[in-house]
Amino acid sequence: MPLFDRLYNFAHWLAGNREEAEDLVQETFAKALKGFSSFQPGTNFRAWIYRILRNTFLTSRTGLKSAATVPLDWEADDDTLPATQSTPESILLERLDHQLARQALDQLPVHYREILLLCEVEEMSYQEISATLAIPAGTVMSRLSRARRALRDTAQKLQRS
Amino acid sequence: MACGLWAGKLDAYVDGELPPADERALREHLRGCASCAADSVALLQAKRAVQAAASKRFLPDAGFRARIQKTLATPRNPRRNFNWLPALAAMAAALLAVVALSFAYNRNRVRERQLMSELADLHVATLASANPVDVVSSDRHTVKPWFQGKIPFTFNLPELAGTPFVLVGARISYLNQTPGAELIFRVRLHQISVFIFQDRAFGTVLARERAGRELSFNVQSWSRIGLRYFVIGDASADDLEKLASLLKSST
Repeated sequence: MPLFDRLYNFAHWLAGNREEAEDLVQETFAKALKGFSSFQPGTNFRAWIYRILRNTFLTSRTGLKSAATVPLDWEADDDTLPATQSTPESILLERLDHQLARQALDQLPVHYREILLLCEVEEMSYQEISATLAIPAGTVMSRLSRARRALRDTAQKLQRS
Repeated sequence: MACGLWAGKLDAYVDGELPPADERALREHLRGCASCAADSVALLQAKRAVQAAASKRFLPDAGFRARIQKTLATPRNPRRNFNWLPALAAMAAALLAVVALSFAYNRNRVRERQLMSELADLHVATLASANPVDVVSSDRHTVKPWFQGKIPFTFNLPELAGTPFVLVGARISYLNQTPGAELIFRVRLHQISVFIFQDRAFGTVLARERAGRELSFNVQSWSRIGLRYFVIGDASADDLEKLASLLKSST
């Protein structure tokens, strides 16, 4: 089964537990099979199936709940990017162990978590991410930048506590 | 100052999404800018940290994998396992049948035409003959017994009183190597030949009933109780039709 392990990993990251992740993957495969005719050959299959999974998640109960947690700077999700600041903390992630990175990722709002997973874990191009999340390519860049900043901030907070 | 420009592009840089020209320019800038260099290193490290922490973090268990595999396999089986061979064989067989049928049909058409022109020949030969009939009689009760022992079947002749048709006589005829009866009728000045043969001499060549023209003669043919009748002559199709129905009603 193509992408099965990866889809499951992604689903578990989104849903947060095994049962919901399994339901998500199962429903994704079912929808993909049923709607395979809607897949246009030549377009990105990976983006197509991740989009199904992600939309399925967003309409699930957990998905609706987590999507309601919108970050404060969400409204400013445009092409203007905040400058990255070179502080000692910015190189903190160099020593970021798995445990801390996972905790921080878990605490991120779902819109940041998913884009980080698609970019870093699935290694999707901006174009693929844009197709998966149905957002413009410019928004992919700015949201990614915010997501990385949010991850860094969360990790710092976690480390302090 | 230039940092403000580049800072917004560091993410795209570490993601390898900058256009080649921008990438070269940014790399040049990083050599001289400690701040941007540090930021890009931090971004890259964070990227790798997330990758290492989140990849394969959760693995599906074997039971779930098997369950999905089963649900994927069940509904798709009919389509995926669709065996083309029997379908192809059936198509080929159907095609062959069509070809064979049309071939047989054409062959029948050819043989039917041959038969009809033979009949026309027989009719013409009779007209041209010095002795057109072997038994000269207008009495059906004379003609019918005359055939006894000469042909392997018998037939009935209609009562012609009150009709424009006159029985002239009869003779033995041969078609497809089988003997049969040829009856000669006259309507006004036209001569009409009626051939009667056993149906089995023609196999499936002839349609059960047919009417048409052969060498400008009108022809009617039909099959009754194992006998095949042909009515051929230069009389009108109407006259032939009347004679045919008289013959049919007598059998």
